[in-house]
Amino acid sequence: MSNAFVDFQNVWLAYNDELLANNQFAVEDIDFKVNKGEFVAIVGPSGCGKSTFMKLTTGLKMPSKGKILVDGEPVKGPLKISGMAFQASSLLPWRTTLNNVLLPLEIVQPYRDNFKTNKDAYVDRARKLLETVGLKGYEDKYPWELSGGMQQRASICRALIHEPKMLLLDEPFGALDAFTREDLWCILRDLWQEQRFNIILVTHDLRESVFLADTVYVMSKSPGRFIVRKEIELPRPRDLAVTYTPEFTAIVQELRGHIGAHRQALPTA
Amino acid sequence: MKPKTIERWSPWLLLIATLAIWEIICKGFGVSEFIFPSPSRIAQQMIEYHEVIAGHAWRTYWVTMVGFGIAIVVGVLLGFVIGSSRVAYAAVYPLMTAFNALPKAAFVPILVVWFGIGAGPAILTAFLISFFPIMVNIATGLATLEPELEDVLRVLGAKRWDVLTKVGLPRSMPYFFGSLKVAITLAFVGTTVSEMTASNEGIGYLLISAGSAMQMGLAFAGLVVVGAMAMVMYELFDYVERHTTAWAHRGSQNS
Repeated sequence: MSNAFVDFQNVWLAYNDELLANNQFAVEDIDFKVNKGEFVAIVGPSGCGKSTFMKLTTGLKMPSKGKILVDGEPVKGPLKISGMAFQASSLLPWRTTLNNVLLPLEIVQPYRDNFKTNKDAYVDRARKLLETVGLKGYEDKYPWELSGGMQQRASICRALIHEPKMLLLDEPFGALDAFTREDLWCILRDLWQEQRFNIILVTHDLRESVFLADTVYVMSKSPGRFIVRKEIELPRPRDLAVTYTPEFTAIVQELRGHIGAHRQALPTA
Repeated sequence: MKPKTIERWSPWLLLIATLAIWEIICKGFGVSEFIFPSPSRIAQQMIEYHEVIAGHAWRTYWVTMVGFGIAIVVGVLLGFVIGSSRVAYAAVYPLMTAFNALPKAAFVPILVVWFGIGAGPAILTAFLISFFPIMVNIATGLATLEPELEDVLRVLGAKRWDVLTKVGLPRSMPYFFGSLKVAITLAFVGTTVSEMTASNEGIGYLLISAGSAMQMGLAFAGLVVVGAMAMVMYELFDYVERHTTAWAHRGSQNS
């Protein structure tokens, strides 16, 4: 596949030179291709290098070995075509929700230079985006006046405001209760269905990954490797009801089996 | 009375109670006014010498404010440098801690040699004693950014400067205002201590001269005035803090 949007070619990463000399890698031998508009989920136990993987994809870290191409270009530095959201919403408490969402436009080019002149248009865009995630009426509230789920929605809006081609989510729903989490699954699904940017979702919730993604990768822990690639062939659009079907459960169980099997294979301390 | 009203008036009630006990002890045991003056005696002296006290208080006040102003400028700049660079933090912090451990009163004789008797040593003592908390707090606010947030911004191509101005500085504002409250009280200490040996004006000078003339009532009146000035400035910065960085105090305000 030469037209892959994200293309990892035998990527290895050690965090520093000392670890590299000892052949201790955070992620090993990652070979990974994502098509344009594909929704990919990466699951694995905590500490398996999922977050490291995100830093590689966005160009915040350079691989020790191997090559990463995004949109046909080798990654050389931070990739502005990506938006990121994390488990902690990390909104700025002194800015209103609207101004939090606008923050990336004050920084990223080409918006940065004409931010003042086009501000009205950008504010409109931010308001629309907030409306699509159900935050209409909360634009002028401060983050600490919002619930956890609302903060997370605002955080996703902040990641999307500069219309990135690639959205990277690091356990974005990890700290939410089950109902709110399912709500946000649907919001994310709708956003993606509408705009078809690439999503790479890092999570340890198997149901989440199967419900949302086209392809699920299972990562193992130390060394961080991809051990399974599974295409989810559930028809789209997917409704929440699908999560209660036997097909869905079968896929989740199969993936769970891979994680369990691998863990048993590790020598016990 | 409602609990809220009691809470509001509690400092005044405590003050009145303390003064009452103090007065009773002084009167009851017949303590000499030359040893330990009663509150009524202090008040009486304060009225009698109000012009003298006001003159010295004004001197102490402006000297402190000049020293404090310099401390804000230097503290913020140093804090900014230390907080925004790991190397600067590693290099400067240990030296600054060592410096802060020195008793500032020990600098006064040296400052007198350099600047002579007068406002100079007092201003510099106030500055030396009060810039440290400001510097530390600005540096802490800048150095403790969430790594995730930094990643979000860095991936957008944010320069170090963007991160500092958009996130670091606003974030350190509560720390800054918090430090001003501590620093202003320290600055009054610095000025007074310096005036005691190196000035012919100011509350510190008044304390020494009243003490040597056995005018204990006047000396205590001087102490009361310094305390009151520091208290008023503390409350002022507390008010400013609460009204500029309300987002950092939402917990205490909601309850």
